[in-house]
Amino acid sequence: MNTQSNAILDTPGAAQGFAPAVIPESRLMYWSVVRELWESRSIYIAPLAVAALILLGFLIATIGRALSEANLAQRRAVLEEPYSFAALLIMATTFIVSVFYCLDALHGERRDRSILFWKSLPVSDLTTVLAKAAIPLVVLPLLTFAITVVTQWIMALVSSAVLLESGLGVAPLWTRLSLSQTWLMLLYHLVTVHALWYAPIYGWLLLVSAWARRAAFLWAGLPLLAIALVEKIAFNTTHFAAILGNRMSGGAEAVTMPGSSPMDPMTHLTPGHFLTSPGLWIGLATTAGFLAGAVRLRRSQGSI
Amino acid sequence: MACIEARGLRKTYGPTIALDGINLRVEEDRILGLIGPNGAGKTTALDAILGLLSYQGELRVMGRDPWNERYQLMRDVCFISDVAVLPRWVRVSQLLDYVAGVHPRFDRSKAEGFLAKTTIRRDRKVRELSKGMVTQLHLALVMAIDAKLLVLDEPTLGLDILYRKQFYDSLLNDYFDHHRTIVVATHQVEEIEHVITDVMFIDRGRIVFDRSMEEVESRYLEVMVRPEQAAAARALRPMHERQAIGGSILLFNGVDRQQLAPLGDVRTPSIADLFVAVIGNQHGQVRGAAQ
Repeated sequence: MNTQSNAILDTPGAAQGFAPAVIPESRLMYWSVVRELWESRSIYIAPLAVAALILLGFLIATIGRALSEANLAQRRAVLEEPYSFAALLIMATTFIVSVFYCLDALHGERRDRSILFWKSLPVSDLTTVLAKAAIPLVVLPLLTFAITVVTQWIMALVSSAVLLESGLGVAPLWTRLSLSQTWLMLLYHLVTVHALWYAPIYGWLLLVSAWARRAAFLWAGLPLLAIALVEKIAFNTTHFAAILGNRMSGGAEAVTMPGSSPMDPMTHLTPGHFLTSPGLWIGLATTAGFLAGAVRLRRSQGSI
Repeated sequence: MACIEARGLRKTYGPTIALDGINLRVEEDRILGLIGPNGAGKTTALDAILGLLSYQGELRVMGRDPWNERYQLMRDVCFISDVAVLPRWVRVSQLLDYVAGVHPRFDRSKAEGFLAKTTIRRDRKVRELSKGMVTQLHLALVMAIDAKLLVLDEPTLGLDILYRKQFYDSLLNDYFDHHRTIVVATHQVEEIEHVITDVMFIDRGRIVFDRSMEEVESRYLEVMVRPEQAAAARALRPMHERQAIGGSILLFNGVDRQQLAPLGDVRTPSIADLFVAVIGNQHGQVRGAAQ
């Protein structure tokens, strides 16, 4: 058989006279992610709302406090303080959104029976679960970054306007803020900690949401608590609780100073150290296991 | 190649046997009515065919193993199940975008054409539509997919009579051509009677009747017999008898029309009457004559 006829036969459906009937995996993934955004609008509404509140608060602070501050040095301090706070608040919001999103992701479609509709389309369970995992692992970190950048930029513009109005130079503010460096740190923190280090947390929540018939929230927490308690009673040790605590407190290996603010320009990035830490790779392997479990469960499940 | 082929298809849930080793073969280009009482195994059989359930035994749908190749199979197979399953949060326009995005055989302009005949607006969410409109929407989506096999499980459940009639009319007029196979499971027998080409009764996990409509018409006859001729009619061994005003109605399998004509008014039984006869006999009710 020559290569040309091979090519024709390789196109599924060609024999029956259909047009090529396979949609590239990337397009299936794209539409699967888009439908998650349609369904769970809190993914972007919640951080945008928080950003709007931060800006509102900042405007009140600038106009109310900074301008009423007679001491110009004080006025400058008021203007500089809320930047990392804004970033932390947006990050905390998207983390909470991630947790609730994951718990509902594979539960909601069974509860409202729409899983029977999704399964009537040529999209695999693997694609569906990966698209859902991509929301906390890719979409939300990037969204957090974009919203924070825009928020801080608007804040910087407002601060500059106030400083100019006060007859103060804006150069010291921009130097102090060093926004481009802050943003680089933020992106680094989001990728290392929020996406890679927290991945097993999201994986676990997705698995629970695929498995639980009801009360996914309880099922996500109680078994972990039970294991920790049994371990404590049986062996009087707290290894499991320590592992959980370590995971929740976030990849300390990514930066030199554990516990320091990731936005602190003095913190040194140590990607090499982070990428070679066993904790990262054990976490990622665990995530893969959880997601594989979620795919298996989704395959055999109908509505509840 | 048969469109659906099952041998010894079996599904159990703990001690409950939902499918008791059924054999089934559905050829291309047929409209099969799958009829059975509630809990007979209709939905289980269809779910297995659609790759939604694991099973024991052999099953091939369009040459594929549904359980291991569900999503590849869904390029050629469409289904509407017995519950309204369109997500309530989705907008009609989003639904069209999504299906166009993921389905290689979806013809968007065709779906738009079907929707144009309804009152469904593109900017509406599914939760804002009536149940009848949701079914119309789902049908518009499914009919715009150039699939080889369409599976419908109680598609008109809970719809008012107007929508029910419309549903099968559009299916026949706008969708069915001689390259497709349709399997409809329902217990609204009279609704699909004039639509189907083949009929299958399923009861307690087994297929108890499997005939083409031509066979049904040529083999089964029903006679309205006045009491004085009842004994003569019973001698011909009817498969079922029921009482009616002014006499009994006897149902015969494979008895010549000429033989029956002198006994009374001969006609082809409705699927519903045939169903009662077959399932009634299966359930071990008194066969034939009344007391």
